[in-house]
Amino acid sequence: MTPVYESWDAARGAEIIAEHSQMEGATLPILHALQETFGYVPEDAIPMIASALNLSRAEVYGVFTFYHDFRAKKAGRHVLKLCRAEACQAAGGDALAARVEAKLGIAMGNTTADERVTLEPIYCLGLCATAPSAMLDGRLFGRLDEARIDALVSEAQR
Amino acid sequence: MSVRLFVPCDAGALAVGADEVAHALHKAALERKVDVEIVRNGSRGLYWLEPLVELETAQGRFGFGPVTAEDVPSLLDAILADTSHKLSLGLTEEIPWLKRQTRLTFARCGIVDPLSLEDYRAHGGYKGLTRALTLSLDAVIAEVTTSGLRGRGGAGFPTGIKWKTVSQTAADRKYVICNADEGDSGTFADRMLMEGDPFVLIEGMTICGIAVGATKGYIYTRSEYPHAIATMTKAIDIARKAGLLGDKIAGSNYTFDLEVRTGAGAYVCGEETALMESLEGKRGIVRAKPPLPAHHGLFGKPTVVNNLLSFAAIPFILDEGAKAYADFGMGRSRGTMPIQIAGNVKFGGLFETAFGITLGELVDDIGGGTFTGRPVRAVQVGGPLGAYFPRALFDTPFDYEAFAAKEGLIGHGGIVVFDDTVDMSKQARFAMEFCAIESCGKCTPCRIGSTRGAETIDKIRRGERVSENIALVEDLCGTMKLGSLCALGGFTPYPVLSALKHFREDFGPQQPRLQAAE
Repeated sequence: MTPVYESWDAARGAEIIAEHSQMEGATLPILHALQETFGYVPEDAIPMIASALNLSRAEVYGVFTFYHDFRAKKAGRHVLKLCRAEACQAAGGDALAARVEAKLGIAMGNTTADERVTLEPIYCLGLCATAPSAMLDGRLFGRLDEARIDALVSEAQR
Repeated sequence: MSVRLFVPCDAGALAVGADEVAHALHKAALERKVDVEIVRNGSRGLYWLEPLVELETAQGRFGFGPVTAEDVPSLLDAILADTSHKLSLGLTEEIPWLKRQTRLTFARCGIVDPLSLEDYRAHGGYKGLTRALTLSLDAVIAEVTTSGLRGRGGAGFPTGIKWKTVSQTAADRKYVICNADEGDSGTFADRMLMEGDPFVLIEGMTICGIAVGATKGYIYTRSEYPHAIATMTKAIDIARKAGLLGDKIAGSNYTFDLEVRTGAGAYVCGEETALMESLEGKRGIVRAKPPLPAHHGLFGKPTVVNNLLSFAAIPFILDEGAKAYADFGMGRSRGTMPIQIAGNVKFGGLFETAFGITLGELVDDIGGGTFTGRPVRAVQVGGPLGAYFPRALFDTPFDYEAFAAKEGLIGHGGIVVFDDTVDMSKQARFAMEFCAIESCGKCTPCRIGSTRGAETIDKIRRGERVSENIALVEDLCGTMKLGSLCALGGFTPYPVLSALKHFREDFGPQQPRLQAAE
């Protein structure tokens, strides 16, 4: 289930911005919609949002960079998010995180050289009673152990 | 014969294979040429039993769990032949873990089809709104005040007083905001309710909107909760089509509508003023108070900001009356609290009960200790900003004031259990690190203090001038507590100082130690 994204196209971007620009406080809904469509928020979209919402580029850029979710470039083909918060730490999440980093050969927050897998920390998936947990391309996994996490990593590497 | 089965669609159940179980049930039913109806309900909150499959019978629902896709053929055979199965749990309602609870807010969660308005009404839904519409607006607010309901996000501010302030503030437009930005680790009650009983939140917010004179409500939730967002959005559409949102709600002259808004991974947006900034389309930077949101909130208009669990308690209070709610609880903590037991715990899940139950009962008796089988050493109550409690404090009753007296907080009701492999200086360091990652950057104690705190704890862990650096961390915590604008910087000292106070032996040069869950 690899997410499929469109390539950046200014006309398509303008259309998405126009669809949302009448909402109250439209900046976040627009950034979300752009990222859902293109897989990231293209730099060219920032001045377009600013002009549609009558904001300065700096304001829009400030919002874009404030929130952890928004990406400036495309992620790997698969995004593996490991929950790193306390409930998962209590359930052995630290050791699993170290295992995944070693298997992929990258630290949290990075993408493998073949651009297949982006590994990210996430601070709480709300699956704290079935910890440790992870999200692979939007699918949820709980009660992870070494075997289950290894299977997830292999799936992401395919 | 026709069989009616329930397989949860709650994210916690999906994470452990509920979709695979539902799929296997469809397939097995086709192979056996039997008519099986599968209802995708929310979770009952007994997470160690998920996926929990239930069978509807004349005596009630029978539970089976935890079920895997491989168990399905034998399970369906046993159900069809009416024989026992190794995963049989008997009547779900009779499982002691569930039977001991007092489910007022979560009365329907896990029982109804989350998107069936008929189901919701059949289980008492919209009776609260119906009664509210027969009362004066002041009387509705008085019910909330008399019930003793306090903010379930953790601050514990009386909900009725907040509503009254907004109702008395004149403005051309007012807002209601549900804070469903449930970022605390160890908490999942908001998610469970949005996925399992979304109409109770819609009803609670509608009652609030009418009572305070607001016409628009926002549910601000987290991008980490895609299933909750999807269910909540569909439920709002259903309610709108049924005339329960929009103009002339339920035949009255009131107008109120709702919209779900999604955050973007910033923990600080759970703070109400940062949340409003985010809703306005800005960086989630905390505002100084006053002015209070009740006077000058979203877009400068009077705004009620309540936690999801506060709104979800409202329909019961209006339906059964303030006294029925206030009869539960202890001291100034009235009613029930949906407590979430998580982390390294044998029986984890959502346990709704009256205030007053002790921490020890929750961890040892209800939680059953750790799943690793090792002794419980520490529990963190109230999320990343909550204190770590040692066993010596397990007699503390679950109550806003009792926890405050022990230099802790109940927060959003999450309890994270750790076994004896936990390294408490590492946990203290994490608290500072998390604050540094999530700080909005507006005030100096939080922005810089958190980074300096993590660095200083690193020095302690390396054995550098340990006692001097501990004194420095304690002093820094004092500055953060008193000098931060909001609870992020102001409460990060709770986990740090409690770890230092109760687990001092962990602060010093690090010895090799066991890994958790080994």
